[in-house]
Amino acid sequence: MAQSTVTRMLDKLSSRKAVMYSVYLTAIIVFFALVLLPPILGIVIKWGAIQEILNNKSIMERSLTAIKNSFLIAFFVAAMDVVAGIPMAWLITRGKSRWLSVLDTLSDIPFIVPTAALGYSLLLFWSDPRGISAMFEGSLVSPGWVLVILLHFTFSYPVVVRVVVGALLDYKMEYEQASRTLGAPPLMAARTVTLSIIKPSLIAAFILAFARSVSETGATMMVAGFFENGPVFIQNMKTEFSTTNPALYEGSIAFASFVLIAISCLIFGIIRSFGPRLKMPVRRVWPSFERKLSYSKAAFTRNSITSIVFFAIVLLPSLFVALPALEAVFTETLPNALSGTGIWEEYWQSLTLSYFLGALVTVLNILIGLPMAIIVARRKFGVLPSALLDLLVNVPLIVPSIALGVSLRFFWKETMTTVPEILLLIFAHLAITYPYLVRAMSAAVERISLDLEEASRTLGAKPLGVFRTIIFPLTKYSLFSGAIMVFTRSVSETGATLAVTTLKTAPVVIVEWVKQKMQGVPLEFDIGLGCGFLLLFSFIVLLILRLIVKGEGRY
Amino acid sequence: MPDVRLVNVTKRFGKIVAINNVSLHIKDKEYFSLLGPSGCGKTTLLRLIAGLIQPDKGEIYIGGKLVNDVPPEDRDVGFVFQTFALFPHMNAWDNVIYGPRVKGFDMEKASTIGHEVLEMVRLHERLDAFPNELSGGMMQRIAVARALAAGAKLLLLDEPLGQLDAKVRNELRYEIRKMTNDLELTAIHVTHDQSEAMAISDRIAVMRKGKVLQVGTPKELYMSPQNIFVAHFIGESNFLEGYVLKITSKGALIELRGGVKVEIASKDVKIGEKIVLAVRPEAFIIEKGITRRGENIVLGIVERVTFEGTDIRYEVRLKNQDLIVVVKPSLTGEWFNTGDKVVVKFPPENVHLFAYPEKGLREEIAVE
Repeated sequence: MAQSTVTRMLDKLSSRKAVMYSVYLTAIIVFFALVLLPPILGIVIKWGAIQEILNNKSIMERSLTAIKNSFLIAFFVAAMDVVAGIPMAWLITRGKSRWLSVLDTLSDIPFIVPTAALGYSLLLFWSDPRGISAMFEGSLVSPGWVLVILLHFTFSYPVVVRVVVGALLDYKMEYEQASRTLGAPPLMAARTVTLSIIKPSLIAAFILAFARSVSETGATMMVAGFFENGPVFIQNMKTEFSTTNPALYEGSIAFASFVLIAISCLIFGIIRSFGPRLKMPVRRVWPSFERKLSYSKAAFTRNSITSIVFFAIVLLPSLFVALPALEAVFTETLPNALSGTGIWEEYWQSLTLSYFLGALVTVLNILIGLPMAIIVARRKFGVLPSALLDLLVNVPLIVPSIALGVSLRFFWKETMTTVPEILLLIFAHLAITYPYLVRAMSAAVERISLDLEEASRTLGAKPLGVFRTIIFPLTKYSLFSGAIMVFTRSVSETGATLAVTTLKTAPVVIVEWVKQKMQGVPLEFDIGLGCGFLLLFSFIVLLILRLIVKGEGRY
Repeated sequence: MPDVRLVNVTKRFGKIVAINNVSLHIKDKEYFSLLGPSGCGKTTLLRLIAGLIQPDKGEIYIGGKLVNDVPPEDRDVGFVFQTFALFPHMNAWDNVIYGPRVKGFDMEKASTIGHEVLEMVRLHERLDAFPNELSGGMMQRIAVARALAAGAKLLLLDEPLGQLDAKVRNELRYEIRKMTNDLELTAIHVTHDQSEAMAISDRIAVMRKGKVLQVGTPKELYMSPQNIFVAHFIGESNFLEGYVLKITSKGALIELRGGVKVEIASKDVKIGEKIVLAVRPEAFIIEKGITRRGENIVLGIVERVTFEGTDIRYEVRLKNQDLIVVVKPSLTGEWFNTGDKVVVKFPPENVHLFAYPEKGLREEIAVE
């Protein structure tokens, strides 16, 4: 393999410790400077403003109720996700029908539908007379906390299914088989052995679902009605007080953001510390009862309920927006949209901004996230500092994105008076998506035996050469997966975008349209088609990325 | 009582036929080994008996009862996995009494059984240890104890010693054998190690490509292999190609390559038939010399000498250019050096004769 002069030069440079450590240090500095510290310092800077809300009892109570609602809903939704997700993951990995691979693909759909489109889709399905409410008088589920729960369940369910499916695929079947040969019927074997062994993945799935629920803003605003959770409260404060009482606005959102971030970190810390010690009830067994639940009728009932829940509560409501989108195709809406007439001009601008931002943030994440992933996976700065970095990288995952956006805005606006809006937007999206790439890559690098790297070094490869020829080819799949997650998360993001800037991305425009629908413009067809385009482009981008990834080996 | 009978059992994985119409009978209280190279189907056969997979065709009987549709938990078998499969979230004690517990035994009874089996495997003092705190040998013992505690009379062992080092492996194989004897269990042991199978089994089934080639006691397999693969896989054999020249009063006269003639005891051949002779390395008689005449004698030169402790191994190039291996005890008899000219005698009664395989000798003895 002929090497270019540049490659050779870079390889040679990489063998100098000083150069490699400079790269690693830069990655760490960028992480602290752009991702971790600004949101924390933003709150500290505005600490004084919090006094405003402490003097306003009604707003204070309202904010506390909203925050309480956020965590109650997140707990309930995450628990429901785990309860409903385990049987689905089980069905996908253990079922024998070839149709299950279709089910596997379908279960990803709500994951890739941008949450703004998902929110509108659910609103139509559950509340609109054209949805399931057509069968009832009035709307079956009016906007409010029930619809918020349904929405959060829908978008976090695929996350749980994906994590549990992964855990079950990696799980060594021999444990369960040993349990069966020792006399345990299938359900008992699953309960006493399999679920106990994959407990860390169940905890991870719960945390992810929990964090997604606490964080989601845009779609929640669409379906919340008069109900408020933390992110909706912050957004409502902006609408109500940003011009009339800026001090109260800043105080209230600083307070709500601080409490949301603090409680999220606290809960995450508690789950992480006590989760592994949580004992599953493996010593109690009910042989005859569990035997009855293990076979044919009971298993059929379980699989039927699992499928019904998935199709009726997750899949159908997620894709319901396709109906008005299709209808819109046969009306004037389509020509208006394609020619960018009226409200569509802003829509296309926002869509372009969304995809530009998604692509840029993905590239930036690869540049600054890759060295960090290697630092974490290979413990480049010792065991303890690397473990600490590993922990800190997760922080943006568990912090509600609107709270993160609020703090970021405080920080950058206070420290740099003329910071361009677009830069704020990039920083916010970078901070929110950063953990996705680092997590995917550090896990992939960790899976590669150190022996391979050492073998490559003893055969004459320089550190960068080792990365090019060994690490990269073996982790390409994870890099693409991480990039896909970063991209889709950025395109879907609403809360932080609303908080940091007045620039409008596509989900923000959709949220605004839904809010303005009562005033007659835009029409239902406009919103439907807007969501449809968003959905269509997301599918196309994902399809392209999948085609690129296809055939890339998981060695 | 748990004898095991397989009748025309076939198992496919996609296009691959893992088990091809196998019939076997494993007697009650017998220690039976399934022996063969990797991928021959021996583990699949064991998993079929355990009920972990279902046959596509054929019947499986345990204790005279058809068990094709019986789930693994109701077959009353103890299964020891190659990787031990000790539950990582349970300590040794909880692993051992898992079987009695899930079968609904009361705690007192489960506890008595647990103590009995731990006594048997001499690991009482480690009952609080988790699997990752135990050595390979200890894990293996706990895995056996766990299988025994479930009260099964049929023990299925899937390469149970495969992950252990040689010394521990040798010790444990006799321990397992003694335990199954004492408890009067039927045991089916899967292994690819012929010395392990020979050392502990009452009978062995040699498998290849999903088929059982021969079933017999270790002595029968060694002394009377029924085909080239068994002669090759059990012990070691020299294979020499030739033709049947004529039928004699003692058996048949064979002409090997280069016109070398040897007479063997078998008469079950036709004149002109292409055959393969299989001779064990220790069956040859070897002496120094260049001119000695007599029946079945071939001249040769020692090309390599390897000292193996109890034996010395000689590679001898015969005058027809065939290379043979001769093994002699190191403490008795004459020693030879590289370059020595020797005479090699083929003992007629210890030569096995097989028809030349259709696909060639190399294919017939290939283990992959």
